[in-house]
Amino acid sequence: MYQYNDFDKAFLAERNRQFRAQVERRIAGNLTEDEFKPLRLMNGLYLQLHAYMLRVAIPYGTLNSAQMDTLALLAEKWDKGYGHFTTRQNIQYNWPKLKDVPDMLDALGEVGMHAIQTSGNTIRNVTADHFAGAAADELEDPRPIAELIRQWSTDHPEFQFMGRKFKIAVSAGEADRAVLKAHDLAVRVVRNDAGETGYQVLVGGGLGRTPMVGKVLNEFLPREDLLPYIEATVSVWNQIGRRDNKYKARIKITVHETGLEEFRAKVEERFESVQPTFSGVDQELLSEIKAHFAPPAFRNAPVTEFENTYNSNPLFRSWVDTNLTEHRAPGYTIVTVSIKKHGQTPGDATAEQMRALAQIARDYGHDELRISHEQNVILPHVHKSDLPAVYAALREADLHTANIGLVSDIIACPGMDYCALATARSIPVAQQIATRFEELKLEHDIGHLQIKISGCINACGHHHVGHIGILGLDRAGVENYQITLGGDATWTAAIGERAGPGFAYDEIVPAIERLVKGYLELREGPEETFLEAYRRLGLAPFKAHLYPEAQANAA
Amino acid sequence: MPRAFTPKVITANALLEGDVIYFTAEDNWSRDLTDAELLIDEAHAQLRLVEASQQVSEVVGAYLADAVAGETGPEPTHFREEFRRTGPSNYFHGKQADAAN
Repeated sequence: MYQYNDFDKAFLAERNRQFRAQVERRIAGNLTEDEFKPLRLMNGLYLQLHAYMLRVAIPYGTLNSAQMDTLALLAEKWDKGYGHFTTRQNIQYNWPKLKDVPDMLDALGEVGMHAIQTSGNTIRNVTADHFAGAAADELEDPRPIAELIRQWSTDHPEFQFMGRKFKIAVSAGEADRAVLKAHDLAVRVVRNDAGETGYQVLVGGGLGRTPMVGKVLNEFLPREDLLPYIEATVSVWNQIGRRDNKYKARIKITVHETGLEEFRAKVEERFESVQPTFSGVDQELLSEIKAHFAPPAFRNAPVTEFENTYNSNPLFRSWVDTNLTEHRAPGYTIVTVSIKKHGQTPGDATAEQMRALAQIARDYGHDELRISHEQNVILPHVHKSDLPAVYAALREADLHTANIGLVSDIIACPGMDYCALATARSIPVAQQIATRFEELKLEHDIGHLQIKISGCINACGHHHVGHIGILGLDRAGVENYQITLGGDATWTAAIGERAGPGFAYDEIVPAIERLVKGYLELREGPEETFLEAYRRLGLAPFKAHLYPEAQANAA
Repeated sequence: MPRAFTPKVITANALLEGDVIYFTAEDNWSRDLTDAELLIDEAHAQLRLVEASQQVSEVVGAYLADAVAGETGPEPTHFREEFRRTGPSNYFHGKQADAAN
């Protein structure tokens, strides 16, 4: 993975020094909050309901064991012993004190991490497929271009004070695991008919108040055109995007109002003037970056012990069947570690768990870890012969829950338990749904089902693209939950359809139970997933299960 | 017709810790909602908000929040303010833990 060079280290140290001085001036009363707020946001520091919150970027979701150990250190030394992994491959600390934040940032700097541009109207943390570099279905590792985009966008003078934030995702897999179509801009590594590798660019996706599915802006860009093309795109939006209304400022609205054809023409025109300013230095940089992402030295070893354990230990077998994904190297596998134990807060890991994960990565995982937008931790390169030992170590840390892709593997934003923008809680709803389905012992029968919960319309919990989406709102001073059905976060992206009237806080979990049990009755067989059944049948039969009273009244 | 004024308290976050604080009748800040000054007159409430907001080196984001008189002092009327005076529901952290200590 990418190692900071002297320039990067000096840049970060200087930036941290500046922020330390800004914090000091704020505490001394020499900066007002109005002056300080944009500065702290640029450095990932929010003020939430109960405390400050520091959002640290995990660029394209990749980190090594030393970095994970540092995340644990921050949790233990300056927070309450845990951190929250988010849907944008960041980690959030919910309880830092203002005066401690510069020390936290310095500690992060020691291991090449930062909180720059994790907030504010800038280009945010670049996200990627969490199986990048390991997946069997990918053309190449997409992280070198993610790192190139990160370096280009960090402190980019043209893009520090835009009309709104801008989110970029990259992927090279046949399957989309990075929710490409819900991003302002997405880059997909593709191959053309001539067999050349290049980039497909999507634009104008996004969730929030006005959810939209991203559209293809360019079918195939040669490698050297990628960065100038992205720069041209952001530049056009930055110039013509609306600044009169915060809710209409994102690029999805610009593309929608301008029309894709006209927007593309403007980008092409801008590209003509931007492209000559790229002297080729970005391509030199890219080849340097690529060297950092050389695959680890995969080994050959017999997998007999794995097979024996698989056949003799049913708990291990269930975990293997649920949490593993095919790796591109023979004998290897990708392990997804669930941090969604039933009843726990989705995405939260304690400092001890982070250290355990770091140790497992050192011992059995070529020192690599990933954070997924689904709020789990990935060990991307594990040899199958090590799986029994990995499983034992995960059990030790209470990280062995076998529920990846199942009903309890829920995405949930922090909601009104922490977030100042939230209109209702999401965490306890997620906890209760997971606990309920664990009691019912049904989730393995139910199969693949994604529930995604947001505590406000901004949709950090991706509810629009959940097979079942839950949106928490404030209805006349009471928490109320709206259900959407049929959303899809993959290449076949779809925005869920609203099922009907919302449910009160104490009604939402029983409603989800009725809905899922209804699906079990409606499906053609265990091989038909919830989403497939929904696509076959449409909303009506599911609605009958959600609103049995309405059905009874109509009869 | 303008909506009738409902009683309010002034609340904010502390600059250094970030935690929830309330403006008292004695012009200082308390961690406890029951210590807050309950403002029942709109003009007085606006004046107090100006005064509270001037304490820029102590507080961030002062605003008026609905409250009602309870037995031991002001109490929240909306669930958001209930969470702010209690802490999160997934862990025993924040004010609920401070009170227990």
